[in-house]
Amino acid sequence: MAVILFQLYWSFLKVGLFTIGGGYAMIPLMEAEVINIHGWLNTADFLDIIAVAEMTPGPISINAATFIGYTMAGVAGSLIATLGVITPSLILLLLLSKALMKLIRNPGAKSFINGLRSALVALILLACFTLGQTAIVDPKTALIFVLILITSLLRQVSPLYFIAAGAVLGLLLFPY
Amino acid sequence: MPTRASNITSKESLWSILLTFLKVGAFTFGGGYAILPVIQQEVVGNRKWVSQATFSDILIITQGMPGQLALNSAIQIGVRLRGTAGGLAAALGVTAPSVVILLAIAAFFYPLLRDNIYVQAIFYGLRPAVVALIATAAFRMGREILVGWNSVILCIVLLTVAIITHIHPIAVLVIGGLSGLVFCRRKCN
Repeated sequence: MAVILFQLYWSFLKVGLFTIGGGYAMIPLMEAEVINIHGWLNTADFLDIIAVAEMTPGPISINAATFIGYTMAGVAGSLIATLGVITPSLILLLLLSKALMKLIRNPGAKSFINGLRSALVALILLACFTLGQTAIVDPKTALIFVLILITSLLRQVSPLYFIAAGAVLGLLLFPY
Repeated sequence: MPTRASNITSKESLWSILLTFLKVGAFTFGGGYAILPVIQQEVVGNRKWVSQATFSDILIITQGMPGQLALNSAIQIGVRLRGTAGGLAAALGVTAPSVVILLAIAAFFYPLLRDNIYVQAIFYGLRPAVVALIATAAFRMGREILVGWNSVILCIVLLTVAIITHIHPIAVLVIGGLSGLVFCRRKCN
């Protein structure tokens, strides 16, 4: 139990530390830690948890950390995983925010972050392909993917609408 | 010194900081980019805790920092109001609703419902929907970030490296950052 708690903390700490710019930046990191390295979840379960994390209020990565932590090690696991994912923010912004304010305006730091964000685009694209292989299993799921991709590219509204659309389309098209 | 002291207005109680961010954490759907405007409305508009200019500064740090957007901005606002204790109160406020709600789902609802045929049908539709949302995020980020050939080439090279070598995403990010430092120094800023 102690080992799994330590692994959860360390994995989610890495996810928190390298999620820069928020949002979906955490997807490739969580995918690597949770599926590829530790084998805690399969890709389908991971996608289901991300979907639940999107449907519920609050930051997606904190929601996902709580859910995955609980799945692996109960209430203690959920608290430890969540603590791991928020630790970098707590340390950096509570203790070092003045120094960081100076650092972030430094041209070298800007160049580093620019390069890192180019890498992030590559990683998120790659995650689409690896996760897509599990999510898109037949012509119907391909149709759902294309419909939601096109509408979400055209209309920038809350992701909740697209999640709701995915749920309704799933109910209609599922091969019962 | 007096100007510095006036930056921290101690009249706000830790309790009101906690409650404000509890409300934000409990009722805002759609993740970081959906939560930021709500935080802005609450702390700049309703409560007048910080000015619009200060909030813009906070956003710059929020987006360049590791961590979650909502959490990062909440901590900074808490710190400005009541120092470290204020930052912790804000962090607890943003995080606690997520933990309680997701624990309830993970412990009770998910095991109860996951074998139901209709719930399976819903997830059958949700999985491609989630991948589509991630693809949209990649597209929007790409359009914002990949300006100039340097960053486009860097992105393609790193994508190729990630596909071929299966190195850890953190390694890809660090290589990207260091390449930015070496190649973008003059052109990208």
